Amino acid sequence: MLFEPWPWYVSGPLIAIIMAILILMGKRLGMSSNLETLCTLGGAGRFLDHFKIDTAAKRWNLVVIAGVVLGGVLGANFLSNSDEVDISAKSIALLQELGFNSAGTSYLPTELFSVEALTEPTVWILLLVAGFLVGFGSRYAGGCTSGHAISGLSNLQLPSLVAVLGFFVGGLIMVHLLFPLIFGA
Amino acid sequence: MKNLGYFMIGIFFGIVLYKSEAASWFRIYEMFQFQSFHMYGIIGSAVLLGAGFVQWVKRTKAKSLDGNPITIADKKKTFVSNALGGILFGLGWALAGACPGPMYTLLGAGFLPILIVIFGALLGALAYGGLKSKLPH
Repeated sequence: MLFEPWPWYVSGPLIAIIMAILILMGKRLGMSSNLETLCTLGGAGRFLDHFKIDTAAKRWNLVVIAGVVLGGVLGANFLSNSDEVDISAKSIALLQELGFNSAGTSYLPTELFSVEALTEPTVWILLLVAGFLVGFGSRYAGGCTSGHAISGLSNLQLPSLVAVLGFFVGGLIMVHLLFPLIFGA
Repeated sequence: MKNLGYFMIGIFFGIVLYKSEAASWFRIYEMFQFQSFHMYGIIGSAVLLGAGFVQWVKRTKAKSLDGNPITIADKKKTFVSNALGGILFGLGWALAGACPGPMYTLLGAGFLPILIVIFGALLGALAYGGLKSKLPH
């Protein structure tokens, strides 16, 4: 069981437990603020006031992401028999139409996330733009999936509901309108 | 000592993100295609249980582990930025297939191209910091 993918009814409650432990430790679950902390540590405060913050109070969250990296090492190398993701047949068919032949056979599409894929300049641009949107959007929105969707909705925050609806509008536009333009033949 | 606690929580979170497949690009795609309940189940059950916990904390005025009162601050009601930032984030989330937690999990899992996504995310956060005063909130 442990080595199989974990079902939603195990994973969701575990995430709630993680959020609860952090609250009991006097902290809040939220990953995207780390991006700002890292900018500050990189010296962004020297030319932008927004990053003139005291990072001491944020250091705990960087310790969390250091753990998240190690969790990825453990999850992928010691707790999994296979890296296949069992998505639906319909999803696989849709992805194959877009040229993602690795659908159903790997954890991430090798068309974007293998080292070989990096010989393609378009892949660099796509990953960079995707990351930029994630970073810019999450800070503009005031949180990401963890800060708004999990923490914020759990605290019945209307701004978080607005943000999560925004996440979905953006995601639906990307997958339904832009994917065919970007990846379609 | 507390840092060890945060580190352990991070490890646990990273494992859950990997093993739940919430860190898989394919699961995010499938979610936006409405082809599986998986991601909705993860987020929905986490929020349902999380909301119960937050209500319990508020009603019982539970103290944190070090004995301080717990105050859970409200999110700022900047609905324009919540919506516009949310849409931009959603575009990136679907394309990268990863958000600001799972990207670190994927780095640990050995997917080196995720470094480009992380670098992009840092640039994005930096750009927001620079443009903040010019953007509607």
